Amino acid sequence: MDTELTQTTATGLAAAIRSGEVSAVEVTQAHLDQITATDGRVRAFLHVAADAALAQAAEVDRKRGAGEPLGPLAGVPVAVKDLFTTVDMPTTCGSRILDGWHPPYESTITRRLREAGAILIGKTNMDEFAMGSSTENSAFGPSHNPWDLSRIPGGSSGGSAAAVAAYQAPLALGTDTGGSIRQPAAVCGIVGTKPTYGGSSRYGVVAFASSLDTPGPFGRTVLDTALLHEAMSGHDPMDSTSIAAPVPPVVAAARQADVAGMRVGVVTDLSGEGYQPGVMSRFTEAVELLESLGAKVTEVSCPHFKYALPAYYLIAPSECSSNLARFDGMRYGLRAGSGSAEEVMAATREAGFGAEVKRRIMLGTYALSSGYYDAYYGKAQQVRTLIIQDFEAAFGQVDVLISPATPTTAFPLGERADDPIAMYLADLCTIPSDLAGNAAISVPCGLAPENGLPVGLQVMAPPLADDRLYRVAAAAEAAFVARWGHPLLAEAKGLSA
Amino acid sequence: MTVTYEEALQKYEPVFGLETHVELGTRTKMFCGCTTVFGAEPNTQTCPVCLGLPGSLPVANRRAIEFTIRIGLALNCSIAPRCRFARKNYFYPDMPKNFQISQYDEPLCVDGFLDVLVGGETVRVGIERVHLEEDTGKSLHIGGATGRIQGAEYSLVDYNRAGIPLVEIVTKPVPGTGYLAPSVARAYVTELRDVLRSLGVSDVRMEEGSLRCDVNTSLSVRGSGVLGTRTETKNVNSLRSVERAVHSEIERQAEVLDSGGRVIQETRHFHEDSGATTSGRSKEEAQDYRYFPEPDLVPLAPPASWVAEIRSSLPELPSARRARLIQAWSLSELDFEALRNAGALDVVEDTVLAGASPADARKWWLGELARRANDAGVEVSALPITPADVARLTELVASGTLNDRLAREVIDGVLDDEGTPDEVVAKRGLAVVSDDSALLSAIDSAIAGNPDVVERIRGGKVQASGVLVGAVMKATRGKADATRVRELIMERLA
Repeated sequence: MDTELTQTTATGLAAAIRSGEVSAVEVTQAHLDQITATDGRVRAFLHVAADAALAQAAEVDRKRGAGEPLGPLAGVPVAVKDLFTTVDMPTTCGSRILDGWHPPYESTITRRLREAGAILIGKTNMDEFAMGSSTENSAFGPSHNPWDLSRIPGGSSGGSAAAVAAYQAPLALGTDTGGSIRQPAAVCGIVGTKPTYGGSSRYGVVAFASSLDTPGPFGRTVLDTALLHEAMSGHDPMDSTSIAAPVPPVVAAARQADVAGMRVGVVTDLSGEGYQPGVMSRFTEAVELLESLGAKVTEVSCPHFKYALPAYYLIAPSECSSNLARFDGMRYGLRAGSGSAEEVMAATREAGFGAEVKRRIMLGTYALSSGYYDAYYGKAQQVRTLIIQDFEAAFGQVDVLISPATPTTAFPLGERADDPIAMYLADLCTIPSDLAGNAAISVPCGLAPENGLPVGLQVMAPPLADDRLYRVAAAAEAAFVARWGHPLLAEAKGLSA
Repeated sequence: MTVTYEEALQKYEPVFGLETHVELGTRTKMFCGCTTVFGAEPNTQTCPVCLGLPGSLPVANRRAIEFTIRIGLALNCSIAPRCRFARKNYFYPDMPKNFQISQYDEPLCVDGFLDVLVGGETVRVGIERVHLEEDTGKSLHIGGATGRIQGAEYSLVDYNRAGIPLVEIVTKPVPGTGYLAPSVARAYVTELRDVLRSLGVSDVRMEEGSLRCDVNTSLSVRGSGVLGTRTETKNVNSLRSVERAVHSEIERQAEVLDSGGRVIQETRHFHEDSGATTSGRSKEEAQDYRYFPEPDLVPLAPPASWVAEIRSSLPELPSARRARLIQAWSLSELDFEALRNAGALDVVEDTVLAGASPADARKWWLGELARRANDAGVEVSALPITPADVARLTELVASGTLNDRLAREVIDGVLDDEGTPDEVVAKRGLAVVSDDSALLSAIDSAIAGNPDVVERIRGGKVQASGVLVGAVMKATRGKADATRVRELIMERLA
């Protein structure tokens, strides 16, 4: 197994393949070997497309040999969260109810990545329909954190984060609805971005909560993450909520990696009770680091953020109760029971959905019911407006906001599985950006002293200012790596034990 | 105890309202690019979007929005500067997503009216709202007695219809029409259909389901001022059925009330065969549709300039046309209604434009041609004769080339695809014989063959000349001008 290739950055791989230093087939094979060697323990993948991936890689090598133009991701393996529709791989959303479904159409983002030359290496595990923070809600069993296999890799895009942290793929796709990219990135010690809502297409992304779902990239470095961010983004006429604006120059910003003179606001409301001491100490260090790099740091209050979690847990379930109504056994996927159409629908949904999905469908159905709508869904939308206004006021004073990405480091598998509220708190810091639709990133900022597990720094920017995330995150990353002497992930020992 | 319609009306005041669904005639569906052509093999006009496959997303059809605004403007509505689509959630196998994208508390068009003419009187029907939504698939329930899902052995679903743009036009409650309520309801749907047709937004074919009506009916005790409980009658899919449905609900509800019962708020099904309604699901145990704003679509905000542009492109509407034609053709409103009810407005107007007098054009289209259409079981406008042909026919009659009997023969020829009226006249040799010398031999034969008649004429019984005229007409196979023949006979016998 060629560990040198699997440890190379996506940027490095793309350059090496382009120059002919290494073939796309060699790169792909190295990652497939790493999956074979480690995925029995990590369980990041639900489907590995070995043959198709090697065929795509061979095509890249042929193009290069023939002197044909190569896309920006030519030959670079990408792991795909299993809710993007793909015509050559199943799409399960981590659910029994889609067992055996082969989508007849391709998502816009995976199509764009294929066009950019990326090798779609497989589909990754996730909490069922993206509902969860640990992958424990997957119908196919949890994924494991490469830092400590007994701990959660975060969720819902936990399989994608674990795959990147385990060097099974240099890049991965996720979706962020309440923190489902940033929280797993933080607890796996990698980089993950939630782009501006509407900046990345949702067409072919199986919906959890339509007004929140945002596809985004994972990488081990800020620049790699920017590379995928740029390749997957841009206006899509198939998605009405897609923004018709140029993609922010995120790759250039990641290369710029400069915070001198930037106004950085520390969100005071995202700290205090419930935050692990080691998370706060690493966060404080990050603030000092940014200041030392020339950023002008101030404290900013966003008084309505404390209502974000309850508002989210009304809005997201409401939308999911409607989005998931189509899974009824009539047309595709699982069909259970017999008798009338109504009986088959009920039996299929009973057998096909897991406990958390059912809980959220029930919550949402209730919140939208006649007589309760105003008190729940309506009120939550008003809170959402207040949170947007908090952000607008804050971004009137500063260029970016920062906070810890998660209140705690990775918790042990099973610890919160039976306590939904405790599980929901994992997204405390990430939810406000989802409700407001703005952009946010999580970048590693060290290990919590008490357990040696990674901590993420969250940077938040106004809508369509995604490039600011990359300037700040890349500057912090460079300074931290210089201080540590190596990338943080080099300290992950879960797979070497 | 049976209550007659007349008895019901003496005691109760009916109030009705109509919800009309119209399939728009856009080329593609509401939220995807699938074609909308009617009658294709089931499930051949579908895609991931209209099948509601996981991950698919809707994109609104601009043309459908434009058509809805056209309808709203034609119905004198205000066009909302900003509105939203909403999801209507319920489970049913012909709904691909188990929710329908519709509009709820923010319709695109609100608060208009439509004036309709009933028995020469104008009644103003208020329009509550006009909104845009997607149609569902079509279910076919096999093996049950009723054709409904209850009791069926199995069901087939055709998703070709799923996602076709549908406009719902909701009237305000229409009170005060009394005895005429069923006629006003019918006249409203007729007028609405004509408006929609003139706007070019739908083919408005009730038999193909592109225009479907639900009829709400309630009774209030005369003088009480209290509105009664309403029922909603579904499946009312012809003009005649609209009238019958209101009529039968008035009788049924009066009977319920007279026998001390209570009208239940419910959905009722209309039966074409009996003209009666039967109970469907009760609204009192109605589903909660859990409407909420559709998060997959951005709010709809038609710019004022676009609305103004659409307004300026509206065609002449039926009410304006009615006023214009009544004036120009010197018609009574009843004359006009007769023309409209015969479906002959367009052809008559085109015939007048082609040079015929309004009186002649009406005479031929409402008379001979209406009879032919009726015999053939088609609309008068569907006959294979053009308004230009009819105009030429009236010209030939006016100039004396044809008489009415010959003109009917020319119509035979045109309908038999023998060509234009002139070609038929030539081919069949149908022109009136105007050459006196050609007539004189026939006249002489008639005189020679009827000495007794000649005797009577000479004796002063001039009207007996009809026998001779008839003989001449017969001999010339109707091609003679009867007036001229009579003149020539009298000269001969003088």
